[in-house]
Amino acid sequence: MANVFSNIGEWVTDRAPGLMPVYRKHMTEYYAPKNFNIWYYFGSLALLVLVNQIVTGIFLTMNYDPSASGAFDSVQYIMRDVEWGWLIRYMHTTGASLFFVVIYLHMFRGIIYGSYQKPRELVWLLGMLIFLVLMAEAFMGYVLPWGNMSFWGAKVIVSLFGTIPVIGKDLVEWIMGDFLPADATLNRFFALHVIALPLVLLLLVVLHLAALHEVGSNNPDGVDVKHGPKGNRWDPTKPADGIPFHPYYTVKDLVGVGLFLAIAAFIIFFQPTFGGWFLEHDNSIPANNLVTPAQIKPVWYFTAFYAIVRMIPSALGTAVWGVLGMFGAIVLLFLMPWIDAGKVRSIRYRGTGFKVALTLFVLAFFGLMLIGTDSTAELIPMFFGANVDVTAIENLFGRVMVLIYFGFFVFLWLYTHLGWEKTKPVPERVTTHD
Amino acid sequence: MANEVVDLGRRRFLTTTTSVVGGVGVVAAVVPFIKSWEPSARAKAAGAPVTQSLKKIESGQQLIVAWRSLPVFIVNRTPSQLDALPKQDSRLVDPGSNGASADQQPKYAQNQTRSIKPEWLVMVGICTHLGCVPNYVGEMKPEPFDPNWQGGYYCPCHHSRYDMAGRVYQGVPAPKNMVIPPYHFVDDTTVQIGVDPQGAA
Ligand code: HEM
Ligand code: FES
Repeated sequence: MANVFSNIGEWVTDRAPGLMPVYRKHMTEYYAPKNFNIWYYFGSLALLVLVNQIVTGIFLTMNYDPSASGAFDSVQYIMRDVEWGWLIRYMHTTGASLFFVVIYLHMFRGIIYGSYQKPRELVWLLGMLIFLVLMAEAFMGYVLPWGNMSFWGAKVIVSLFGTIPVIGKDLVEWIMGDFLPADATLNRFFALHVIALPLVLLLLVVLHLAALHEVGSNNPDGVDVKHGPKGNRWDPTKPADGIPFHPYYTVKDLVGVGLFLAIAAFIIFFQPTFGGWFLEHDNSIPANNLVTPAQIKPVWYFTAFYAIVRMIPSALGTAVWGVLGMFGAIVLLFLMPWIDAGKVRSIRYRGTGFKVALTLFVLAFFGLMLIGTDSTAELIPMFFGANVDVTAIENLFGRVMVLIYFGFFVFLWLYTHLGWEKTKPVPERVTTHD
Repeated sequence: MANEVVDLGRRRFLTTTTSVVGGVGVVAAVVPFIKSWEPSARAKAAGAPVTQSLKKIESGQQLIVAWRSLPVFIVNRTPSQLDALPKQDSRLVDPGSNGASADQQPKYAQNQTRSIKPEWLVMVGICTHLGCVPNYVGEMKPEPFDPNWQGGYYCPCHHSRYDMAGRVYQGVPAPKNMVIPPYHFVDDTTVQIGVDPQGAA
């Protein structure tokens, strides 16, 4: 038996001599810093969720009907009549939310360890493109069950483009293929969700990893192991503080996978809607073009950006400002490598100003999420009494949060470009070397 | 080949012309794909006028009818709701509907009540922000979103607010007053939506 396998192996190697070197370059001879911590799990977990979305998605497609008249019922059919259909759907919907949990943590890691700084700008930019495509992918998936939240979510999101001066109205009709979200809209969103965007996503992920492997991973100390001392147990010319990705980090990542799957399984089996946070109750009502659900808000992962739209009032006869604010909030993240001219990467050695600003930024992000999830609408009467002007308080709070969100980027630019930051000395090598 | 001298100018010319012709071809080939996303002939066909009897709509009540798949609000406004309208002016973006909202109603409804007959409001119930259907909150009583609420509309999507004539309040995301469709009274108790009154343009 062993003979057969090694013969096949040889046969392939003879005909494709480039394969083994690629495997070695990216796995057994890819030397990653030895000090990765818990924050470094989320890249491989994102890959895991991506695979889950693709596999469960393919099986959902086998029973889903992408038409305005059939979509809603076909989802109910999957849930009730298709053998194990409920499991496949819950794996897909839970996967979508966990995708964003994982991605937000992955991005936050990039910020605390300065992973977007030179020379990893391209890794970051490709990551941000992934984030953008992922948001589009999640939105279109949300529309597919054609519940009443799907319908109005589609209407609102597509109408964002309607705020663009001059071409807005035509653009909205072009995207929807009708004057309202309708059969045409659902059909094209289905096509984009199941084939076009996943292909783009896969391509971007490959490029993301290729770009990372060109420059090598950053690490919690933010020091360049490539520029440190040479020579490790496997290769005298490779970084002393690097260990082969396989088997060391593949095995470490498997621990993360185990933990993650346990959490995911718990949610899928015991809390599949997560109290309305992962799957919204109002979406089990079929689409109705005459009635907007009384409690309408996006799924949790969009709520911070949604709150920005809500907090910025119209001016000069147009609603475009809120939309600009929302897209601006994402564009600024794209620009992080140029906004932050910090001399050190890791938060461990950065100035106090950076730590304070980042804390405020995170609080502002959560504050906006509180507004977007309608939590403030419940909390404000609890704190200030039932007779207060809830909207006035909410707007004040929210607008301060918006200012802090954008203020973070302004501050970071000033702080690092004008040399206000007082950093701590960065060690020569990663702190945990032996 | 046998030519020893490379004619760079000729090469550049050929490269450029090939690229331009190829580029034009690609652009032309993309057009049908872009066009395929426009509303189809079938989608454009819908849109006949709608006739509605007003007999059963009591004072203070709202009825929603579908016209071109859009919700049209028909409201029988109470005298106190009408009295409150002028008092809102200072809090509105465009109280006279002659600024940013000048095109949001036919000329014959460009007045204080934004209607043909003061009590009857006929309005496309689509928020001018991002297109949701605002909730009718007709009662004049303190609301969490406004302690001085004088009746009007509250949009669930991003909390824009309008008065009882669909005029938008200041400080909310929606920029304009809601649209008044073309309509006319067939007789005292029947309205037709989608057709202007005779003589009005
Ligand atoms: C489908 C989504 C994504 C997948 C599958 C993915 C995958 C990965 C993997 C496997 C790694 C290496 C392991 C690690 O450092 O955790 C990585 C690193 C990285 N990713 Fe992503 N990623 C995704 C999205 C993003 C996004 C949205 C961003 C941010 C905009 C981003 C920014 C980065 C950065 C900066 C690194 C280098 C981190 C370092 O070396 O410290 N990625 N990614
Ligand atoms: S759609 Fe009405 S406030 Fe945004």
